Amino acid sequence: MTQIIVVTSGKGGVGKTTSSAAIATGLALKGHKTVVVDFDIGLRNLDLIMGCERRVVYDFVNVINGEANLNQALIKDKRCPNLFVLPASQTRDKDALTKEGVGKVLDDLAKDFEFIICDSPAGIETGAMMALYFADVAIVTTNPEVSSVRDSDRILGMLQSKSKRAEEGLEPVKEYLLLTRYSPARVTTGEMLSVEDVEEILAIPLIGVIPESQAVLKASNSGVPVIMDQESDAGKAYSDSVDRLLGEELPLRFVTEQKKGFLKRIFGS
Amino acid sequence: MSLLDYFKSSKKPATAVTAKERLQIIVAHQRGERDAPDYFPQMKQEIIEVIKKYVHIDPEQVSVQLDKNDNKLSVLELNVTLPEKS
Repeated sequence: MTQIIVVTSGKGGVGKTTSSAAIATGLALKGHKTVVVDFDIGLRNLDLIMGCERRVVYDFVNVINGEANLNQALIKDKRCPNLFVLPASQTRDKDALTKEGVGKVLDDLAKDFEFIICDSPAGIETGAMMALYFADVAIVTTNPEVSSVRDSDRILGMLQSKSKRAEEGLEPVKEYLLLTRYSPARVTTGEMLSVEDVEEILAIPLIGVIPESQAVLKASNSGVPVIMDQESDAGKAYSDSVDRLLGEELPLRFVTEQKKGFLKRIFGS
Repeated sequence: MSLLDYFKSSKKPATAVTAKERLQIIVAHQRGERDAPDYFPQMKQEIIEVIKKYVHIDPEQVSVQLDKNDNKLSVLELNVTLPEKS
């Protein structure tokens, strides 16, 4: 049974594409056949984060319009045999996505893949609504910051009223909180909302906490999903999140401050 | 974090507490309007206008809320704080 997972947030720049790439790669590394679909029509970026930007020939909108078939548009990842990318169109606008068109493509993908990861654009317009409409699971990516938390709550409202599952009165979309760009040190000093604060406000189960990490920029610079950097804290935190998504129970890591040594305190970091 | 910071008092106002309080209020408000029909904001505005025709009130003193019960029953609750007689 294929699971459709939307990575969404409302607010932009919180780490949806980074998370989509990491989670899709993580699932594929665990042996699950996975495709990650870019819904950000006109502003495609998933291809860059996945490092396949020069291999894009056809895109999502071409497939919807029947100008190419799925096999022509899907890009096979070079590092991981179970992983495929369906890039967004760079030249059309978001209205190119229709419920019928997107539904048909997702149905076709479901014949071949165990997991379909939908990388949602920011906002609550067509692109974002299409990305969440067919979802079975939603990963609500949130930064510990007021505007991001508020927008996440808005998206939760949309999932509960505007998704296919809501419209058809089926079992609701499973919602999970993914807290990204988390700085334990700033939480300690009272400058940043804690994991518990955000959990309490949004009241949905937590799937992972990704620490603010230099590894994320390094990964996007080189077009390698950060989960492949298993030396890094962010990479490990994404791995844990993927394991939780697959049903494992793991304790949270990287949520407490790393104590600095005496010399570091004096000479600065 | 340098030597100077180390000796500075760490008594900063904890802004995260403010953030949490503000979010709890705005999110509760947002959720209240989540299930409301599209016409609700306009209806609310018109109700306030009607009351204002007769009594001098501050729009902030009027709360209009729609509560949904389980058994397909919705309750429209109108709460107006009237000013004291001057």
